[in-house]
Amino acid sequence: MMFWDPRVEEMPKEELQKLQYKLLKTLVYRLYSFSPFYHDRMKETGVHPDDIQTLADIRKLPFMYKRDLRDNYPDKIFVAGQEDLVRYHVSSGTTGKPTVVGYTRNDLDNWTTSLARGLVSCGLGRGDVLQVSYGYGLFTGGLGLHYGAERVGATVLPTSVGNTERQIELMQDLHTTAIACTPSYLLHMGEVAEKMGVSIRDDTDLRMGILGAEPWSDAMKARIEDWLGIKAYDIYGTSELYGPMFCECAEQNGFHVWGDLAYVEILDPVTGESLGPGEKGELVVTMLQKEALPMIRYRIGDITSYEDGVCACGRTHPRVMRISGRVDDMLIIRGINVFPSQIEYALMTIPEVGQHFQIVVDRKGALDDMLVRVEVARESFSDKITDLMAIRKNVEHKLRNTLNVAVNVELVEPGSLPRFEGKAKRVIDRRQL
Amino acid sequence: METDRYVIKQISIFSENRPGRLAAIAKALTEENINILAFSIAEADGFGVVRALVDKPKLAYDKLTGLGFNVAFTDVIAVKMRESPGGLYEIAKMLANVQINIEYSYAYTGKEGGVLILRVDDADQAVRLITSLGATLLESRVFQ
Repeated sequence: MMFWDPRVEEMPKEELQKLQYKLLKTLVYRLYSFSPFYHDRMKETGVHPDDIQTLADIRKLPFMYKRDLRDNYPDKIFVAGQEDLVRYHVSSGTTGKPTVVGYTRNDLDNWTTSLARGLVSCGLGRGDVLQVSYGYGLFTGGLGLHYGAERVGATVLPTSVGNTERQIELMQDLHTTAIACTPSYLLHMGEVAEKMGVSIRDDTDLRMGILGAEPWSDAMKARIEDWLGIKAYDIYGTSELYGPMFCECAEQNGFHVWGDLAYVEILDPVTGESLGPGEKGELVVTMLQKEALPMIRYRIGDITSYEDGVCACGRTHPRVMRISGRVDDMLIIRGINVFPSQIEYALMTIPEVGQHFQIVVDRKGALDDMLVRVEVARESFSDKITDLMAIRKNVEHKLRNTLNVAVNVELVEPGSLPRFEGKAKRVIDRRQL
Repeated sequence: METDRYVIKQISIFSENRPGRLAAIAKALTEENINILAFSIAEADGFGVVRALVDKPKLAYDKLTGLGFNVAFTDVIAVKMRESPGGLYEIAKMLANVQINIEYSYAYTGKEGGVLILRVDDADQAVRLITSLGATLLESRVFQ
């Protein structure tokens, strides 16, 4: 099966845009009438539903932010009443209060449909065993993938996160063909498997990974594919947009954002100006059919770019590239913007050091000081101090060239840097600003 | 080869420069009942290399690697020194005369007298030159 929903997935662009406009118009009228929160916000901005005359007029609408959910904890900006909700999810509050999201039956159905289209587009279906190693429970990852994969007829192995050795045993015993988890957890699994004497490439049936929930680079993808002998597909979403909901197709060239469910914009994170295809900026999403908790021009804080042409797979819906960083992950070191993903990318090109790293930012006097800790790969350890110093110099040099800012590098023992089963936290910022 | 019996397998361990790393290495060797005959620490900025001659190098390598350490074998040779003033000079002068470059070196005094452990570029050639000049090299079986 190539398409889950060919009529929608191959809808001519013009027709799709007409549908988007219709959905947007309905949404704005609905919120203006029924959401005190969004009604007030539109009034403050000086925009009325009648001002929305074309799809491009979406730019007149005010933004929504993560803090809007936090400030209205737990459910003050829900549009549906509790009796119409069939589920809650709660995202961990890494900074401050958690955020609560709710789902009507239609919301859950749209979420699952979105994933079903995406999973089929990268070749998952009947006959596959999908090991869902995203957390189950309040986090959307586990349950989201679970129902999406069931809908397309794959067999779900709901391992959730953790207990890595058991995951590897089950992967072998139940012939897992696909895994859904964070890319860093998959790398961790690969390492644990090797310690157990298991090669994921040779000793398992794993053929694909559906990876996301944290930024990752092309280089990391190449490393996963080459080392583990699988295809790595990007999956994207966040609890405010249902959960994980968009997945790369077999072309592996960005994830399709289903236009009947969501409208994407890429903006300059500082000026808020709209950017065109191929330009890197902040992803802003409007959910066109969300009932319980509508999201309009939601600034997720992820940095990426998009492409609008018809995909080689035949799908007409726009594609968004792998997230390259977070607006709020962005470090400013001596006035220069630094994304941890740039460091990851540079390190991937240096075989003498492993793929794990940690960034420690501190302030020495008035100056920012950035230290990157990397592990010396076993194969490249030599007894010679000069060789080790040369590795360090090389890493410093490459990072400097990539980031345009001087970096100190510390070589640490293999396996000594923290591994992450969920979202990786690689930055320690000790600056007291 | 004739020179083989003089080539000793030293273990080299990558170590971060922080309290407790040497203790961790020494504890691991203790657990396997491995005797350390000589050792040194070379220090660089933020990390170091611990080098040791042990009686069971393969076992030490496996144990430390199993614990996650980065370990390598390095070939070294051991020259006997006269244990009185001028002992080191005799050996160093001899090495200088035959143009043997020392990468690094450390020494100890044991029941065999003074011993100079040498890491050189070409161990075979060094063994040949040193023995031809009448100096005494300790065979690896003395250690291992």
